[in-house]
Amino acid sequence: MADFFFGLPAIVQGLIKGIAVIVVIFPIAAACSMAERKVCAWIQCRPGPNRALPPMFAWMPGSGILQRFGVFQLAADGLKFLFKEEPLPDRVNRLYYILAPVVAMIPAFTTVTVVPFGAYFGPDGGVIPLALANVDVGILAVFAVASLGIYSLILAGWASNSKYPFLGGIRASAQLISYELSMTLSVLPVFLWVNEPGSAGSLSLARVVAFQSGASGWGGVWFLFTMPVSAFIFAVALFAETNRQPFDMPESEADLVGGFHTEYGAFKWSLFFVAEYANMIVGSAVFVLLFLGGWNPLPWLPLARLLGWMQHLTGSALWLHPLAAGLISIAIFTAKILLAIFVFMWIRWTVPRFRYDQVMKLGWQKLLPLSIANLIAYAIAIAVLQK
Amino acid sequence: MAVIQVQRRPLTLVERTYLPQLFGAMATTLKHFLGPADTMEYPEQRPAISPHYRGVPTLVKDPKGREKCVSCQLCEFVCPPKAIRITPGSVEPGEGLDQVEKAPQAFDIDMLRCIYCGLCEEVCPEEAIFLQSQYSMSGYSRAEMVNHMDRLYELGGTLPDSHRKWEVKKAAEERGGEGH
Repeated sequence: MADFFFGLPAIVQGLIKGIAVIVVIFPIAAACSMAERKVCAWIQCRPGPNRALPPMFAWMPGSGILQRFGVFQLAADGLKFLFKEEPLPDRVNRLYYILAPVVAMIPAFTTVTVVPFGAYFGPDGGVIPLALANVDVGILAVFAVASLGIYSLILAGWASNSKYPFLGGIRASAQLISYELSMTLSVLPVFLWVNEPGSAGSLSLARVVAFQSGASGWGGVWFLFTMPVSAFIFAVALFAETNRQPFDMPESEADLVGGFHTEYGAFKWSLFFVAEYANMIVGSAVFVLLFLGGWNPLPWLPLARLLGWMQHLTGSALWLHPLAAGLISIAIFTAKILLAIFVFMWIRWTVPRFRYDQVMKLGWQKLLPLSIANLIAYAIAIAVLQK
Repeated sequence: MAVIQVQRRPLTLVERTYLPQLFGAMATTLKHFLGPADTMEYPEQRPAISPHYRGVPTLVKDPKGREKCVSCQLCEFVCPPKAIRITPGSVEPGEGLDQVEKAPQAFDIDMLRCIYCGLCEEVCPEEAIFLQSQYSMSGYSRAEMVNHMDRLYELGGTLPDSHRKWEVKKAAEERGGEGH
């Protein structure tokens, strides 16, 4: 089967992989919305949505568990968004109003293409990352495309022709600019370390993972432990960039009604919603790749060694088969992403929203100097270590 | 009252990073996340209702299973929103209601009008009407929201009665005591 797949023309391979990613990301993003409600409910000591159960599924064994976890509620909500009336307010700028949710989706799904989400081993034992486009610009592409997502918020805020969405859009743009700087500066030490003097330079994310795949010594330590300040700044900036609490200034229900999507409803609103979760997934994926060792199960336990053990234990060479290795690595990577998304939700239901001036102060007066100091310190340390 | 000056010590550097508070808060929310739900899944699980609760007004019977209401209509007159409508009727011999002279022929309480004030319970000389533990009333039509007599007795049931007003009175009358 693998041979058949690799025998296909490159464009067909790309299409299959692309559809596979969308088919995976979209339901995960949708499921995250239910997970969010459930996490919220459990943190607030409630059971959460657990009622919906269409009679036609009631005979199914296990439907009770699905009901308790709100799976049918999720399906019902999704269908509702598809079938309910699409309101188009009277005085909006129609073109941009309709364009904004589409613009929200595009960067959210485009960034997925450059994120490697697994790996398998080639015939020579070399690691081949699984990605739609394993481009050398890696992180740069993610940053560049992800920041385009802010246009959807600005467009939505402006096209709605209403003051609260407009304020939300303004806040979104200011916030993105403020935190983009710290975010970019915080990942620089990682890439300074990865690009040793004399080696060919690369911003590829797969390469960052390769540097965390050592079986012993410093090579096996994830960058979270060697660069905790970078990881912290990146995480905070990630919260701000994905507009998650405590940084959800553009939405800020308390003072802006619904923020940029106040005037939106039905399917267009749900697109914003899915885009937010898709952004969270990609953001978490990048965080996992940069700081949490990507698809390696544990520090000092890279994927290759795990598969070697499994092969040794079962005596089967099947574990190193590209398909098996790929699936295992994807499973590990996905588990880490889901954990990161849980932390996103956990923090959302823990801390209150910052005030707008606090967000600006934190971004410019605290995080930015910290990230610059961090960059300088690590640049000197790396220069000394990699001399 | 003495004025107590609260000493506000300046925050330490660690506290100013906001992180210890954040992690402390996350530990708290995690505890709640893993803990049981505080809420009740309502239609299946019902809260325990105190015996002193004053819910839907009901008609009660005495411990011998006899109707207590004598259709004096005091509750009807006192009812501020005029929710009670009584049609008085006479008692035929052999009905088991020999101790009294009258009993309601019809007794309706319109629960769309009732304000649960409890004046009917307070005013009733026979202790025949009580606001009891039923707290939810729902129906699909206005007509359904009117509690008729059979429904009122069904909701009310029998309450203990230590006075036994009519028996005591009757016994006193038979003894030929003063005032009878």
